Amino acid sequence: MEAKNAVNFLWVVPALPLIGAFINLTLGRRLSRQAVHFVAVASVAASFFTAAWLVVGPLRQAYDVYKAGNLGDVFELKEHLYTWIEVGNFKVQLDLRLDPLSSVMILIVTFCSTLIHLYSTGYMEHEKRYGAYFGYLNLFTGAMLILVLGANMPVMFIGWEGVGLCSYLLIGFWFENEAYATAGRKAFVVNRIGDCAFLLGMFLLYWATQGIDGGQSLDFSALRQVGETQPEVYQQVWWGRERLAAAACVLLFIGAAGKSAQIPLYVWLPDAMAGPTPVSALIHAATLVTAGVYMVARTSFIFAHSTTAMAVVAIIGAITALVAAFMAFAQTDLKKVLAYSTVSQLGFMFVGVGTGNWTGAIFHLGTHAFFKAGLFLGAGSVMHGMEGSGDLRIMGGLKKYLPWTRLCFLIYCLAIAGFPLTSGFFSKDSILAGAYAAHHEGWGGLNYALWSMLIVAALGTAFYMWRLYFLVFEGSYRGKEQVEHPHESPWTMVGPLVILAVLALVAGFIAVPHVFPHHHYMTFLPEWLGHSVKPVFHGVDKEGKEIMQVLPHLSAAKEWGLMACATAAGLLGIGLAAALYRKGPSPWVERFTRDGAGKALYDASFNKLWVDELYEIILVKPFRFLARGLFEIVDRFMIDTVLVNGLGFAVSTFSRISRWVQNGMVQRYMVGVVLGAAAIFLWTSRADAPGFTWRAVPAGIEFKAQPGNGLRADSVVRWDFDGDGKPDEATGTGTGTIVVKRRGEIASRVTLFIADPVWGKKSKDGKPTEWRKVTRKVELPGEAATLTQPAASGGVR
Amino acid sequence: MNPGAWVLPMILGLPLLGALFAMCTPRGEHALSRGIGIATSTLTFVVSLFALSYFDKTQAGYQMVTDASWIPGLGVRFKTGVDGITLWLVLLTTFLTPVTLLAATRTIEKHVREFVAAMLVLETGMLGAFVAVDAFLFYVMWEVMLIPMYLLIGIWGGQRRIYASIKFVIYTMVGSLLMLVAIFYVYVSYADVTGVYTTDLEKLQTLVLPHKAQVWCFAAFALAFCIKIPLFPFHTWLPDAHVEAPTPGSVILAGVLLKLGIFGLLRWAMPLFPYGASVLAPYIAILAVIGIVYGALVAYAQDDVKKLVAYSSVSHLGFCALGVFALTPAGIEGSIYAMLSHGLTTGGLFLGIGVLYERRHTRRLAEYGGIWKQMPIFSALYLIIVMGSAGLPGLSGFIGEFLSIFGTFNAGDTFPDGYPNYLPHPRILGGLAATGVILGAVYLLFMFQKVFFGPLDKARNGALPDLSVREQVVFIPIVVLIFVMGVFPRPFLKRMEPSVNAFLGAYHAKLAEGDGPSRLVSDEFGGRARMAIERIRRGGSSAPLGTEPGTPSAPGAAVPPAPTAQPVPRGLP
Repeated sequence: MEAKNAVNFLWVVPALPLIGAFINLTLGRRLSRQAVHFVAVASVAASFFTAAWLVVGPLRQAYDVYKAGNLGDVFELKEHLYTWIEVGNFKVQLDLRLDPLSSVMILIVTFCSTLIHLYSTGYMEHEKRYGAYFGYLNLFTGAMLILVLGANMPVMFIGWEGVGLCSYLLIGFWFENEAYATAGRKAFVVNRIGDCAFLLGMFLLYWATQGIDGGQSLDFSALRQVGETQPEVYQQVWWGRERLAAAACVLLFIGAAGKSAQIPLYVWLPDAMAGPTPVSALIHAATLVTAGVYMVARTSFIFAHSTTAMAVVAIIGAITALVAAFMAFAQTDLKKVLAYSTVSQLGFMFVGVGTGNWTGAIFHLGTHAFFKAGLFLGAGSVMHGMEGSGDLRIMGGLKKYLPWTRLCFLIYCLAIAGFPLTSGFFSKDSILAGAYAAHHEGWGGLNYALWSMLIVAALGTAFYMWRLYFLVFEGSYRGKEQVEHPHESPWTMVGPLVILAVLALVAGFIAVPHVFPHHHYMTFLPEWLGHSVKPVFHGVDKEGKEIMQVLPHLSAAKEWGLMACATAAGLLGIGLAAALYRKGPSPWVERFTRDGAGKALYDASFNKLWVDELYEIILVKPFRFLARGLFEIVDRFMIDTVLVNGLGFAVSTFSRISRWVQNGMVQRYMVGVVLGAAAIFLWTSRADAPGFTWRAVPAGIEFKAQPGNGLRADSVVRWDFDGDGKPDEATGTGTGTIVVKRRGEIASRVTLFIADPVWGKKSKDGKPTEWRKVTRKVELPGEAATLTQPAASGGVR
Repeated sequence: MNPGAWVLPMILGLPLLGALFAMCTPRGEHALSRGIGIATSTLTFVVSLFALSYFDKTQAGYQMVTDASWIPGLGVRFKTGVDGITLWLVLLTTFLTPVTLLAATRTIEKHVREFVAAMLVLETGMLGAFVAVDAFLFYVMWEVMLIPMYLLIGIWGGQRRIYASIKFVIYTMVGSLLMLVAIFYVYVSYADVTGVYTTDLEKLQTLVLPHKAQVWCFAAFALAFCIKIPLFPFHTWLPDAHVEAPTPGSVILAGVLLKLGIFGLLRWAMPLFPYGASVLAPYIAILAVIGIVYGALVAYAQDDVKKLVAYSSVSHLGFCALGVFALTPAGIEGSIYAMLSHGLTTGGLFLGIGVLYERRHTRRLAEYGGIWKQMPIFSALYLIIVMGSAGLPGLSGFIGEFLSIFGTFNAGDTFPDGYPNYLPHPRILGGLAATGVILGAVYLLFMFQKVFFGPLDKARNGALPDLSVREQVVFIPIVVLIFVMGVFPRPFLKRMEPSVNAFLGAYHAKLAEGDGPSRLVSDEFGGRARMAIERIRRGGSSAPLGTEPGTPSAPGAAVPPAPTAQPVPRGLP
């Protein structure tokens, strides 16, 4: 029976690029260039059209059904392919899921991917490993689509690691350069750190929800269902006074921070610029790095259960936005500026998801995908024209040579700086307003702090982007010696630039703020996404009562005010950049950075706050040292030399000695016999210690003193049966060795006092004064420690 | 009545027959003896596929059982059978042997017929140890494996082959001798209780030993198996053996021999002595976690490719051991899956090193670099194997690692008396083990970069030919299987599940029998086992059965004697 929310052909969306990848990776070397890029571009374009058809067709229809209340609680379409893993009640279905959130994502991914494939046909035309390049790019698109469409965490994880693999391969695409290969490896390893935390978060969630997930292990809808029907599952106290949701969400966020390059795991992204520029545009700007934001939005219903986790996300995001913007100030490589800019913008998005403004974050993700992909492609076009160089110091005045690229670049820079009515203006404003409005329980004035940090970061963004723009396109050309004739790129490269520029201009009009005069289509995106991510938060108020709250709406005046602040910050940044870099670096810059605090700041930004060097010292070197040390000291020396070979040495030494002894010389054997006999005599003539034994007899317990070899059999004997440490008067003194006592008459510890009549010390009247004491714990089987009382009936079996 | 009973004797006999034929070929007829080796082992593989088709995936017990009297006086039987735990391991063995023989065509040039015979005898030994359901047969097969392996390292090995081979044999012998003592103890105890001498596992399994004896016997078995796995700190024979062994030796050693350690725990040590297992499990789990991290760290410090992969085995097998002692279905199935995947991936890694070694005669990382440019097909295939080993989802390694960490993470309530609170909680162990996922990427990608990436700047690397057709035939099936196991794990897991559940059910039921003198399991055993299986299958926690009154099983507490025991007075002269 088909479920009501079933959909067919969703699998086609990721499958098409994967098929393209398979063809290009296996046959790519034998196919012609045309065939290779035809397969690559066609497969991704077909995937885009399939995705678009699925969204406007089946998903749109399902929306009507959902509106009418016939689809169930959650608006989603699912396709069940097969059961991937099943062990006991842990069941991972290979399910794909189309809902408003994933529909937006697949459209962005397939669209950008198509454009960038097209662009690559121009950019990579001289590449020898053409098939491999397009194969990897296709593989990446397929993996990214699995990530986005995965209906549960493990399936998402397939895509999650798959995109990591492609990123590794594409960063290190020109692997003959050792540094590039290392950059790829660094990306993979840093991502793996995040992935490890992601896995643990997954396990923790499964542990919490197993048995109540309806057999849909780690399925997003099932997890959400649990949160709605049994919120106590996520709200149970877990660590300190924090909730399980806090622990799980922080783990998930570490995973997201790895993929989306947040502090402290952002270090791989700037290095990732080693890859071909279209790769940077697609993977390291538009799609892969937004996977973390997407994942947090996807699991927003869990984050909503812990304001602590959300605060962690927002604070890390804000710090990243600030710090990365600062690092971008003094970079001299075109792509490095863009890389830090990406890190910074991702920080904005995390403030968005951290403040619970899920729709704002996804909105910014979308607009950022357009203008940042555009910026990278534009940078690629510039570098293409500059024969591969990306050094800002030798550029300037390029608007003359690359008019189209410059025009598009201008638009992207306006958008990212938040110039009014561009897409970046709306999306950044949405995040800023959301941050300002977020009064979550226990946050205090955090929202204002976040907002202020973001405003500063926005100012920084405008500054470094426009610095970049002026250094590249304005002023006079500084690179005559290096590159004589910069040239504009072919249409396959410029075309995508123009399309992205148009989108960067107008894409903001699908989510304008409510205070704007608008048609209802113009608030389409937040409403559409609202079906997937509900901004409802669970917190504990001051009295410890559970409360639910929603992200408040700001008053119109406040909203206008915030918008004005953001705009002012953007314009101020642009103005500052214009003042300093309008015609190449101005003398002011020179003077400011020559010495003192200015130089320190410049160096700090130029050297990216020395974070890579710091990591090298506190992480990488100790790691190598530890590995080497463990191998040399523990493995080689302690285990192998001392224990293993030491044991072998001991055995062979023993055998050498015994060989020396057993050499057939009768005299030596005789010595052995004599020594042995002496030893035996010594041993047997040694005095046995005195003692006593006891056993159960019908009358009670019979005690028998045993003087041992050293004492005479007629030794004087006294007993202590009551356990006070002194000989009992009642039993008196005697040489008789056997005493019978009834149970209940004796303590559990019995002491025998024994004195030797011949050799022991005696007082003058012949009474022994030197007593030897023997104390034993007396137990009979089955009557342990109960000898003083009558055995409790039935107490012991 | 017992369909497919012919399969197991056939796969045990065929390689032996092949070995005999190989030894009968004239000296110097290398192609002929190689052909015999490849043909018989391929035939064995084909026959073993029948085992797959005869296998009933709904059944938990032994299937295709052969039960013949062998040494009647001692109660020794030739009894073999496969269940869900062994089925895939048998197939892994029969698959890897022909692949390895094919790959060894250029590797082994001297004493070829002896080599072929040794490999085939080794195959019989490994298969025998897997399918034996008789303690005596198992022990014999366990030792039979030793000799060919010893010869493989000692005759066809590298520079320090004598040291390595002796180290290998002595290490293994120390463990297996203690195991032999424990087998005797069980054998005699069983006879004491029933008056019947037998080495049949299914009969011995019904014996409940006193707790103290269980702990000691389990320790003796576990030592043998932990050396084989190899668990930290019993692992130092492995790098030496791997480095000195010829490629086929390394492949079989890593691919199959190591799995016998984990398998032995599952098949022998834990069902026979569940109480001993429950006491020592946390400690072995801790060693396993140490091994995961330690193996990975030390692997990173190597400059010899083979040694690096050898230490990676220590790390990977740590996952397997951890999964077993999680005592959850996910943990155990994950462990078995990780073994299968490790057999393929590490086998593949060693075969790849063999390919490089044949061309360059060095294993030092510093001698390579930029190989991708010279050998693109090989590099691409090798990358898939490396990624499979690093546990990339969609490839085989992921499922095993995922499930075994997952099983450990959820293992908190599988310990009968609560988990000892002075030890790290299973969730912490799971968390630490998960760092192995990071470290795995660190050393494997380090190795991959050093060999395949970077400039092609060593002159001698400039003329390396890419894979020949024969070598592609070796690698492509492995790569395909790595994909298949990563994308469709369910058919594999489904066939393990009943046996693993039955294993856990019997384990818990026997644990609930409590302490006391040696005796057979009580009448309630079957019911308890069924209840436990039902509980596991229902998916509730795999927590142990509530201890009924009369069967206390708290360790450490004073243990009252069983009611039927005659009171034996202590302290009598």
